[in-house]
Amino acid sequence: MGLIDVSDLAVTFRHGRERVQAVRGVSFTVGRGESYGIVGESGSGKSTVLRALVGLAPVTGGTMALEGVPLAGPRRPAFYRRVQMVFQDPYASLHPRHTVDRVLSEPLAIHGFDDRERRILRALEDVGLGDSFRFRYPHQLSGGQRQRVAIARALILEPEVLLLDEPTSALDASIQAEVLNLLDGIRAERGLTYVLVSHDLAVVAHMCERLLVMQHGQAVEELTRSGLRARSATKEYTRALLTASEGYRAAEESTT
Amino acid sequence: MSALLEVEDLRVTFPTRSGPSEVVRGVSFTLGRERLGIVGESGSGKSQTGRAILGLTPPPGRATAARLAFDGIDLRNASPGQWRSLRGIRMSMVMQDPKFSLNPVMTIGRQLMEAAKRTAADRAEAKDRAMAMLEAVQIRDPARVFKAFPHELSGGMGQRAMIAMMLITEPDLLIADEPTSALDVTVQIEVLRILDRLVTDRGMGLIFISHDLRLVSSFCDRVLVMYAGRVVEEVKASALAQARHPYTQGLYGCLPRIEGSVRPLPTLQRDADWAL
Repeated sequence: MGLIDVSDLAVTFRHGRERVQAVRGVSFTVGRGESYGIVGESGSGKSTVLRALVGLAPVTGGTMALEGVPLAGPRRPAFYRRVQMVFQDPYASLHPRHTVDRVLSEPLAIHGFDDRERRILRALEDVGLGDSFRFRYPHQLSGGQRQRVAIARALILEPEVLLLDEPTSALDASIQAEVLNLLDGIRAERGLTYVLVSHDLAVVAHMCERLLVMQHGQAVEELTRSGLRARSATKEYTRALLTASEGYRAAEESTT
Repeated sequence: MSALLEVEDLRVTFPTRSGPSEVVRGVSFTLGRERLGIVGESGSGKSQTGRAILGLTPPPGRATAARLAFDGIDLRNASPGQWRSLRGIRMSMVMQDPKFSLNPVMTIGRQLMEAAKRTAADRAEAKDRAMAMLEAVQIRDPARVFKAFPHELSGGMGQRAMIAMMLITEPDLLIADEPTSALDVTVQIEVLRILDRLVTDRGMGLIFISHDLRLVSSFCDRVLVMYAGRVVEEVKASALAQARHPYTQGLYGCLPRIEGSVRPLPTLQRDADWAL
């Protein structure tokens, strides 16, 4: 049993009579302190898996558990103290008319934390922003700074698990490196557990010890980082993904 | 190699409350029938460079240049009529996101026909060409796509339809601004293959604007690296890893690699001198 157990998860969206099976029978286990990656292209269901974990997607089958305790129905506040999520687009996930201070104090108020002043300053410092950013609005921040605020908001509750949904795909390469280093450092320091979703194999290979490749809502295969590097992927789709991530090759050399 | 496009000392300025702000500051290059990459981070002026070449600098911005010539035609003082005979016919642009650059209330077919009619003799020929072009960009069911509205297509399909639209007049110059950034990696490669074929088979000149250094180095012949509105380095794409400018090196070094990367990743230490 790991910290997070997902078994045979199915998620179906309904629009009127139409049904979309976004996730079809995905299972994985994440141990405490581990960093687990989910890779796939758009529409593969990778983000939906994360959303299902935090209760934001209509689960229609399978089970999920946190430390053996089944997750079903609306999550209790206690769950969100332990599990926090960072969303993809820092331009969309921060309220445009709330200051950084308000963004950070809201979770503290909801969960009844004391000593909010100190916690806010500490959270800002942890993500490398400093207190001069405290009363700024999102539009006064760059993309990288916004994502740092989003990470600070998730960290301020001192969770055990961070669910990261494409945390750097809206950022420039140099800023991506800074945010990845930040996430890496925080995990090493606090022993957090990560589940990181990305379309970028290189990001996942850098951040995660194990990873799951998804396609069309299904798990294609699970690999370890060293397995990925040793090119021991067995499924054709994973190989295609690996080839494509290496960049462009003229038609005659490629296999497709 | 004859120059298809000559750009000398191109500058783009936007007025702001605190005085004019120059976002492109003296960019010069010539383009033959080749694949030229322009790389840089957001705000480096790469997209504005592409737009200025087509005379599409959004007002109140202004573009000036010491020389801006396409196939010997001076574009700086081109009349609206001249622009009409060039833009969309001999020089085209593919934008980043098909969601925003296709007309949402017109079928793909009608939009394609609009472009095709400009060079075709009659409707029937225009339609034939439109269908042929959809096939050329590897759309499996061209008849369906022809009748579809943009929202009925996936991102990859939309982008291919967009490329088909731009290529239907067989332009000599194509400016592609992040044409594949919104696409999945596997689709991305297919779209690049289409562009590649056009350069090698038809001798089109391509300016490929992207933030993705790795992709550009594997796809283009030559790369201009832009920083703060300037070209800081021009390198052969295959030699990007041996680039000399610290900015290029930094940009290349901070990418995580599947084969294993240093931990923590090297970050870019910006030098104020680069922007000078």
